Amino acid sequence: MLLISCPNCGPRDETEFHYGGQAHVAYPEDPNALTDEEWGRYLFYRENPKGLFAERWVHSGGCRKWFNAVRDTATYRIAAVYRMGETQPSLATGERAAGDKISGGVK
Amino acid sequence: MAETLTPTPKHLSTADLRRSPAGHLAARFKAAEVAGPYSVALREVLFLTQVGLRIVPGTDAARRVEARLGTQLPTRVGEVAIGTGLSVLWLSPDEFLVVSAADPAELTARLAGAIGTEPGSAVDLSANRTTFELSGKAAREVLEKGCPLDLHPRVFAVGSAYVTSLGPVPILLWKTGSETYEIYPRASFADYLGRWLLDAMAEFKALELL
Repeated sequence: MLLISCPNCGPRDETEFHYGGQAHVAYPEDPNALTDEEWGRYLFYRENPKGLFAERWVHSGGCRKWFNAVRDTATYRIAAVYRMGETQPSLATGERAAGDKISGGVK
Repeated sequence: MAETLTPTPKHLSTADLRRSPAGHLAARFKAAEVAGPYSVALREVLFLTQVGLRIVPGTDAARRVEARLGTQLPTRVGEVAIGTGLSVLWLSPDEFLVVSAADPAELTARLAGAIGTEPGSAVDLSANRTTFELSGKAAREVLEKGCPLDLHPRVFAVGSAYVTSLGPVPILLWKTGSETYEIYPRASFADYLGRWLLDAMAEFKALELL
């Protein structure tokens, strides 16, 4: 059982949460301009790293709010938890870079 | 083809015709009461007024709502704010539950009026959840059979309330006294959760004579 720290509620059991996939995937600015392949890549293609991975979680059994977590996909260690709209911590260090605003997706 | 309607007798209001979601279990709750060193008792608290409040704290509308509640909105998880004749439970940063014995329509209208046309809502949710009161020396042990929350008094203080679950049922758990808990399941889960609690209490009956 993972103990996940919700930014609003503190540490709670994994069973209270649901997973929302990769975080920081930005909606295309002009979807109509995309080719079918680009649209398909936006919809279906996600990173699958071994190691730290920024992903979305929702605390459905508690405050019902979405948040982001940086989790190590190999060890399940959660390196950082941060609210929606907050700056993504550096995946290399797990530290949050000062003034590093997330403006769009990674791909 | 006209459907036969039984008109409500004039001397009865709809409030008199209400049936509580676990009303049919009241006699079993009474019979399951345990005395002695592992005392535990269960009863349903009938028809509490519950108003769901969606509002972002710090806004003008929130300040007007706070003036009518007679208290500041709770600011963190677990906190319960006590207002004039009501309590405000923290459910999420912008969602609160007002629990009271006041008239639901009147209280809802008063809070909705304070919000006005600004973003936010006050909705009468009184029929959404029912209330069980579990009390006694073994009450915490009964809850610990199915609640993932840390219920030890050093963490779970009297007067705090959390959104959690009991067995598979999502609940609000409010510690109203050192050995008294109020459990708010959705009305449709009341029968199941009532029987779940009866089952969880049963073992302490055997310890009654210790």
